Order: sequence, then structure tokens, then C-alpha cells
Amino acid sequence: MKVAYWPGCVSRGFTPELHGSMAAVAPLLDIELVELDRACCTGAGVIAEHNQELADTLNARTFALAQQVQGAELMMNICSTCQGAQGECQERLDANSEYREAINGNLAAEGLSYEKGLTNKNLLWLLVEEIGLESLKQKVKRPLTNLKVGPFYGCYIVRPRDRLGIDDEHPRDAYLHWVIEALGGTVIDYAGVHKCCGFPIVTMNKQASLRQAGRHLSDAQDAEADCLVVPCPLCHLNLDLQQPGAAKAVGRDDLAMPVLHLPQLLGLALGLEPKQLGMSKHVVKPTSVIDWSSAVVGAPAAA
Amino acid sequence: MAEYTLKLRRYDPQSGEAPYYEEYRVDLEPHRSVLEAILKVKAEQDGSVGIRCSCRAAICGSCGVRINGRPGLACHTHLDKAAQTGVNADGSTILVEPMGNMPVIKDLIVDMDAVHWKKIQRVTPWLINKQPVPEREYVVPHENMVDVTQSMACIQCGACVSDCLSMEVDPEFVGPAASAKAYRFVGDPRDAEQYERLKDLAEDPHGIYDCTHCFTCIDACPKGVAPMNQIMRLRRIASNDHHIVDRNNGERHERTIVGLIRDYGLLHEAEMLPRSYGGYSWFAKFHPAAGAELLDSLPSITRAIARGKVNIKQAALGHRIPKADLTAVQGIYEKVEGKARRYELNLYISGYEDEEEAPAAAEAPAAVAAGGDAMPSAPGPDPQQPTSASESESA
Repeated sequence: MKVAYWPGCVSRGFTPELHGSMAAVAPLLDIELVELDRACCTGAGVIAEHNQELADTLNARTFALAQQVQGAELMMNICSTCQGAQGECQERLDANSEYREAINGNLAAEGLSYEKGLTNKNLLWLLVEEIGLESLKQKVKRPLTNLKVGPFYGCYIVRPRDRLGIDDEHPRDAYLHWVIEALGGTVIDYAGVHKCCGFPIVTMNKQASLRQAGRHLSDAQDAEADCLVVPCPLCHLNLDLQQPGAAKAVGRDDLAMPVLHLPQLLGLALGLEPKQLGMSKHVVKPTSVIDWSSAVVGAPAAA
Repeated sequence: MAEYTLKLRRYDPQSGEAPYYEEYRVDLEPHRSVLEAILKVKAEQDGSVGIRCSCRAAICGSCGVRINGRPGLACHTHLDKAAQTGVNADGSTILVEPMGNMPVIKDLIVDMDAVHWKKIQRVTPWLINKQPVPEREYVVPHENMVDVTQSMACIQCGACVSDCLSMEVDPEFVGPAASAKAYRFVGDPRDAEQYERLKDLAEDPHGIYDCTHCFTCIDACPKGVAPMNQIMRLRRIASNDHHIVDRNNGERHERTIVGLIRDYGLLHEAEMLPRSYGGYSWFAKFHPAAGAELLDSLPSITRAIARGKVNIKQAALGHRIPKADLTAVQGIYEKVEGKARRYELNLYISGYEDEEEAPAAAEAPAAVAAGGDAMPSAPGPDPQQPTSASESESA
């Protein structure tokens, strides 16, 4: 399937392994990525906090660019924060035609216009709702046998439930559990699964921010997870890049919890090598903590 | 009739015993409330169960609890719905626990005075009249009062406080309920101390900039108050209308992200930290506050470089979108930021077009939508008069 792909800023900046691993797994999932390289940052909620009209206009511009991609079935995100920030703007744009017209007026200079009803999904939602777990299972070349994975969703794709369309029929707050199982891994439930990584306040209250990250990492480690998987690069910054500081903030000098991006976990199961997925770029190197020869079995013939 | 298993968390701090869970079987219609089930257990099986309740109609806010891991009102949650809620839901077991972030007095009763009410008191929860007080009533714009109705809908149940993720790691955080209460007066044109209220909450190290934007309070609230949205409006008015540059980097952080996207189209992550501490300038990295923070972050920075996570050229220059697009983005900034008043759509007031048939929900919004120039903008002071001294409304 062809998708208008919004990679976000951080996946091309401080977590380049996310964008890279997404590009590597896309062909294995039959996803054709058309990168929205003209679009600007979603504002991560902060522009909306500053000026709602500005955030809505900038994101409407991105939506309009996505709607221009010929043959794309939908727009896809690999960042929970982008997904949530865009979802908030789209909710307002779709709710009120007068408002939408006014916002489109701001885009007129470029000849762009957003039409109500864009489908915009995070990779996680796309895996379950478009590709399907059965189809995903069939693509698995190396089941994640013996790998105990703690899901960490990130706030923006689990709340607010109404806006995100989470209900009994679409339990999107359970999808990451399902995907881990479909890839042959074992889900580790721990207290922090749906909690906040703390990243948004890292410049305002660093101690509280790192305590949040440290607490979830500790809970996962105490529940005997081998690694966490996140669909959000901002969570990754606080959980991986800041992990030494987070460990200090909660007084745990034994913390060593690898944190994988969702496409990296997919890539491993679909037969790619840790190195191809940029896993050496993490602060807590997954390769040094996890024994891949026992955690990922049945290497593909070519490897 | 359906059979449910009510699993209650029992705890009596005075007993010296540890908390434990006790199960009770209850036969009740699926549309009955969790509170009715608890009261039935109390009446027929175990009179020692502690629960606080009063109106049984979701208006008094007494019976806040956690049901299958989610905060809410016991009287406002149907048994069938409750049994299907939560990660471990099995369709018949309902786990009821006391609210979080507050000490337990007994079983399902928490000490609201120790946490919730203290925080409410902390935000000066009353109107400070603009002077002179008019002889008769104040005359205020209709849309301003409609605007604060959302925070006035709060019934003080504490559900948002229970699950606030910031408060979980920082118990001193002013929190969602009190912040929503603060907005109720900040947004009220009759109040004389908008600036003072905001300055106070912005400068407090546990004030409005302590919120991590996790949306938990929005989902927790049984009355649609959306406390987090009120916190964002407090921040918006504090930084944009009153230019309060706080000691917590809140205003600088906002200005940094907004500015970097204007200048690059994308976040220039390496500049985010120094500018959030040192102010919006390339030279911010030499500001003492930024220097101290950079030094503190040095281990993370060197590790990121060593692992090839960040390449130095990109860290120095940042990444940006193509020039024509950047020009377009900057055009949008000029157009929108140049307006005298912010243009906003408040979905709480306007509702959703598709649902306009729903009678009650559509009445008020339609009136407001027709009233102003589109939706009323945030009730901040006029940008031309960026202090709270304006008395124009109190005719």
C-alpha cells in the first residue's frame, strides 16, 4: 500500500535510527513510503498551546500536502506525538466547516486546501487495521522467541480516548500488545505501559521528568522485561538517551533497559540484522544486553 | 439479572494490617451502577466496607474511585460497562480501588482534604472584584462567561487528581483540578488579578509548567472539564498576553519551539535545550543558565555523539525544509501572529457539526457561533493592553 508518510523531526534528527529502520522495514511490509518532505513540524502540542490557529494552519498544510499524494490510501506517522498533535488539529478542522474555511484561507497563498476526512494513522494502527495481524504473522521470518518485551505506548496515541477513536471495537491501547505477540515475543505488563515518559517537561522540571522515565524503566526491569518498544521517538529520548540520568533520579544504578523503536522490533522479526536497524546507535545498546541468538530464532537462510 | 464479582481493595490504616483484596458476588441488572453494587454488598454481606457517597446521580462528586484501573464516579459507571473496561477485563469481574495520589482513610475513602482541597485553596478560588464594584450587576460579554462554564462544570470529585501522572512523581504539583479552577477566574472578565494569578502559577516550580501534557485528566473527568486544556490556556495567556518570563523556562520553551519551527520548519533539537534555558538566540548556549544545563547534560550529549546518534554537522546546522516551503510557513506565521486577537475554536462550546441533531448539545454552541466574529477568542486581555488593568468590561 502507498502512504503519504510524515516521519517527523526527531526521527530525522536525534533518533535517525527510527527513520532508517522504517525505511528498511517498509518494503518487507509492502508499504510504499512517499515522504512529505515539504511539510513542517507539527508543533508537538506546543504551538497549539501558543496559538491554536497557527497550529491548525500549519498542520492543515501538511494534511493538504498529504491529500495531493497520488494514489496514497492514507497518511502515516511513526511518532505518537506527531499523531496526537495532528489529531487535535484535525478534530477541530473536521468539526466545523466555517472554521475549516477560515484556516484554508490561510493556505490560499500557496494554493493549498484541506478537505475534511483525511485518514491519518500511526504505524501501529496501520499494522493492525490495514495490514492485519494474520498477514503480519505470515511475514515473520525470525519469531522473537524468548524475547520479553514491555510495550510503552506514549500518551499521544492512547489519550484522549474519544478523539483517538479508542473503543471496544478499536482497542488501540492494546495494539502494541498484539503486535508483540504476533511477532512471536512475550508481552510484559508493568505499571508504566500507558503512562507518560516525562519528556515534555524535561526543560521545565528535569527531576520530575527523569523520575517518570526512571520509574517506568525500573518497573519494566523488575517485571523482567528484556527491552521496551516505543512508537514515539520523544519517549525514546527520555527512556534511552536520558536513561543514565533517569536511573540516577530514581536511585537505581542497576538500570540497563534497551528501548527499541517499533520499526526496529518489526525489522528483527522480519529477518533484518540489528545493525541494519541502527540498533548500535542507542545509548543502552540492545546488542549488549540481549542475546539475539536465543531471543530471535530461526535466522533466514540468506543470513 | 447478571452476576458480577466485585473485587474491593480493603485497607484500614489504623489496623496495622496490610491492604488486601476481597471478592463479593452480586446479582444486579447490568445497567445498575457500580455504587449500587457496593452498597448492596455493604447492606447484605459486609457492613464494614468503607465507601463515601451521597447524591448517587453524578452531581455531588463524593464517590470517586478507580474502577478496573480507571478513575471515575462509582454512581456514574454501569456494571456491564465497568466489567468490560481495562486491560484485564473479563466481562464479570469489577475491581474497585480507592483513588490514587491521595492517602487512604479506609477502603475506598481517600483523604481529599490532605491533597485535593489544599490544592484548590492554593489557587485563590474566589473572585477578586475589579474596582470600583458597580452599583448593580457587572455587565460582561456573553462569550467570556460561556468560555468558563467548562471549568465551572467541575464537581470536585478528584478523579483527575487520582491519576495525574505529574503528581505521581511530584506530589507538590498544583494539579489538574486546581488548575482548572484557576482558569475559571483567569477567564472571568470581572476578576481584577489575572496577571497576579498567572504570574504566581507560572513562577511556582510546581505550577502550570509542571504538567506533562499526558491527557490523563481529560479522560478521567466525568464532567468534560478537560483540565489539561485549561492548563494550556493558562500558559497561553501567561506567555502571550502578559509576557511572563518564568523561572521554570516555561515561556522560553514555548518561544523556542515556536521560533525554531518558524526559522527552520523543523525542530532544531540541538538548539532546543540552550534556548529554553538561555532565551531565543543563537548565543543562548553561552548564557550561564544554559551553560549549567549543558554541562549537566554533557554525559548524554557525548554518548549520543559517540554512538553516531547525532552527527556534529547536523547538530550544529540543524535540518530544515526546502526554501520555498519555509517561506510559505513563515508567511503563515506572519498572517496568523499579526492578528490583533487570537482566533480559536472551542469544541466544548461549538460541538461537532455532524452531531447538531443532538438537541441540548447544539443549542448553546449555535448561539455562540452566531454571536461573535466566528468563535470568540481566548478571553485574554486585549493585546494592545497586555496587563490586567483594563476595566472596560466592568461598565
